[in-house]
Amino acid sequence: MGVTEAYREGRDLVVERPAVWLLVLATLYLAVDLAGKLAGVTLTVGGTQLVGGDLAVSTFGRFMKDGLIVGLVVGLAGVGLSMTYSILNFANFAHGDYLTTGAFSGWLAAYVTAFVTLNANVPFGEIFLLNEPALVSIVSTPLAVVVGVVVSAVVTIGSVLLLDRIVYRPMRDKGGISLLIASLGVALALRYVIVIVFSTNTRGLTRTSGVPALDIPAIDGVVPLDAHEVTLVLFAVGLMLGVHLLLQRTKLGKAMRAMADNKDLAQVTGIPTERVVRATWIIGGGLAGVAGFLIVLERGTLNFNLGFRLLLLIFAGVILGGIGSVYGAMGGGIIIGVVSRLSLVWIPSDFARVAAFLVMIVVLLYRPEGLFGGVTTA
Amino acid sequence: MSRVWNAVPDFFKQSDLRMVGGLLLLVYVVYALVNGFFAIVNNAGAVNAVVNSLASITFLMAVYAMMALALNLHWGYTGLFNIGIAGFMAVGVYASAILVAPPSGSPPGLGLPVPVAIVGGVLIAAIIGGIAALPALQLEADYLAIVTVGFSEIIRLTLQASHFAGTVQNPSASGYNVVSIFGVEFGTGGGQGITTISNSPMEFLFEGESGPTVLGQAVYPAADAIGIPEPVVLDLAYAFFLLLVVVSLYYVLLLRIGNSPFGRVLKAIREDDLVARSLGKDTRGFKIKVFMVGCGLMGLGGILWQGSFGFVNPNTFRPILTFYIFTALIVGGAGSNTGSVVGGAVFAAFLFEGPKLAARLIDAVAQLLFGGLPAPNNFYAAVVTLNPIAWLGYLVENVASLKFVFLGAVIVYLMQNRSDGLLGDRKEIASSVDLSQRPERPSAAADGGEPSDTAPSQGGEGS
Repeated sequence: MGVTEAYREGRDLVVERPAVWLLVLATLYLAVDLAGKLAGVTLTVGGTQLVGGDLAVSTFGRFMKDGLIVGLVVGLAGVGLSMTYSILNFANFAHGDYLTTGAFSGWLAAYVTAFVTLNANVPFGEIFLLNEPALVSIVSTPLAVVVGVVVSAVVTIGSVLLLDRIVYRPMRDKGGISLLIASLGVALALRYVIVIVFSTNTRGLTRTSGVPALDIPAIDGVVPLDAHEVTLVLFAVGLMLGVHLLLQRTKLGKAMRAMADNKDLAQVTGIPTERVVRATWIIGGGLAGVAGFLIVLERGTLNFNLGFRLLLLIFAGVILGGIGSVYGAMGGGIIIGVVSRLSLVWIPSDFARVAAFLVMIVVLLYRPEGLFGGVTTA
Repeated sequence: MSRVWNAVPDFFKQSDLRMVGGLLLLVYVVYALVNGFFAIVNNAGAVNAVVNSLASITFLMAVYAMMALALNLHWGYTGLFNIGIAGFMAVGVYASAILVAPPSGSPPGLGLPVPVAIVGGVLIAAIIGGIAALPALQLEADYLAIVTVGFSEIIRLTLQASHFAGTVQNPSASGYNVVSIFGVEFGTGGGQGITTISNSPMEFLFEGESGPTVLGQAVYPAADAIGIPEPVVLDLAYAFFLLLVVVSLYYVLLLRIGNSPFGRVLKAIREDDLVARSLGKDTRGFKIKVFMVGCGLMGLGGILWQGSFGFVNPNTFRPILTFYIFTALIVGGAGSNTGSVVGGAVFAAFLFEGPKLAARLIDAVAQLLFGGLPAPNNFYAAVVTLNPIAWLGYLVENVASLKFVFLGAVIVYLMQNRSDGLLGDRKEIASSVDLSQRPERPSAAADGGEPSDTAPSQGGEGS
């Protein structure tokens, strides 16, 4: 691309979409401001502080780390949401509650495993209802964590397939809005079935003391990374890699990509669409369940609203990455996680979620095809 | 479902008013009987219990009918999938509360008179709605859903933030959080909530500054004589004010909008945005206007509903509130005004309050038969008893959660089998002549395939 051409395109952008240009400027300003803050440089013009200030590099590192960890979970959960969006053509508002299902079932399994392996002296009822505080940690009960991950995936897949069978399958020929409304009903029913079993209590599940932490040196301090966070990162990255291989190397992946692209054409070509739909639910549901389990491992607390609170962030990530794109969902989720934590540099923590939602709305307005643009399930 | 419909006497099917009246009658009879039964079982005053329950169910039916009508303008008429209703209600309630709060209060407000505050609250809700409409211009329905629910969460989180609470009023204190715009100071109350316009909106009719008014002097002793205390009289008066006056006004307004040229464009947008644009209609302008009107109505609904308890906090406006209102509209049938009212009433009386009533009924019957149900205090304790009666007892105990499962199931059922709701499949009349006044045809032959002499003659089918 020649210089003139680039210049002309740039000019067209400024003239035709001034709002986009303003956004670019705002983003650049924030980047410069952040750099100034990190370097401890302040630029003051006419008595008002223009850019810069003071921000410890280690604080920045902590924000980034927290953001990446939330982002990995959001991205992992977003894969399923994005796939159902592109293959079944509806925004599934029950996806957040698939995370909750995974979290409760996985932690129930982890608790029962820990109860057996630790020979804990507590009534089984307390274990079953997850009321015994802080029983599990990756150090004392690694087996429980692994069992929890596996069970969270299996139970969530089972529930998701059952829900598909009774709710969504009879509605395959209906429009996206009908399915969306039905998914709101599914979300509510699922969430409150969980409440009937486990009540609305918030419980602490992971042991916080005695978990080894790795102190990553930053210039003026350290960024602690504990074993639970490492576990989360390993599982999340591993699963993302798995999805990548599945989509690129297997026939199923090819069929999925074909179906996301053009459903009728896929059917004509002899792709068994119902089987692809089932595979979509299996992959999406499994990842959502594991994501729900892992976020609890990192946060330590669990209540019935966990998934629904994350749902909008997941949507934000999926939209950011471009609906239908699996890699976009992963990348978008990570960006949304980082944005929601990094925004704390400028705004009070009350508004962290507000910032993430605003980013989502802005992206929908100015780049509805997503940041990475128009890539579908590839 | 059609069998139930066939069992309804023809009298109630003849007009919308009779249908709604019949539904209200049914609700009142059921609630009066059941609550009277409870009162007798508990040895309480039956009249008071019945009237109290009628007042509260009337209130709920009225507010849901009102909100369903407001939503009908967006979803039913224009096809805009707005699921940020709770946010717009919050704007109305909070704006009116801030306008009316005294400047010296905590949080401080503007100290304006109540009518000004209500109008101001509605206008601000409309303006915020107009801002939210900007995304609506270019988004498809499901994206709009995500944006509006995101918007309502942004509103709720902002109201909840301690940053704008206005509770720390010393400018030199570290947590100073009074919002000051052009010297006007106010606050939202943050997570603690805010005092709303009134906690008893009808009090002024019955009680003056110096004792009861003429109306109060007439009504209070009469009510007292049959065992109804004064607060219940006030509640009942407000509930019927909402049902008879406000819901009627909403209904008429919606009907007028629907039949106006403006409303016809809205319906055209719902059917096909592109066609409406091809016919030279500025659909963007229409969408912004309808968003503003609808959000104003939602704001007003919020003020009359959540603003009537004297106090409100941001948690009231969680997305679940939006879901209730949407369910009410879907039950009734999107697009139909009578359907919205019927949906509001059915939702409030049977879906929202019904499970609670049924649970209390089961409990009371069990009390009579064998001295009460066992009440295990958690799921595990209930399951290990291996006793179905204990399971029932646990479910009755947890009917508040069970209600949501039931609601979710109803929504799924409706979307699968009757996505038009109870009344949503009725035909809209687009022509100036009432085309529904045709005689019934002998068979379902295709249009135009019949001899022409059957068409105009008879008529007189009620519509």
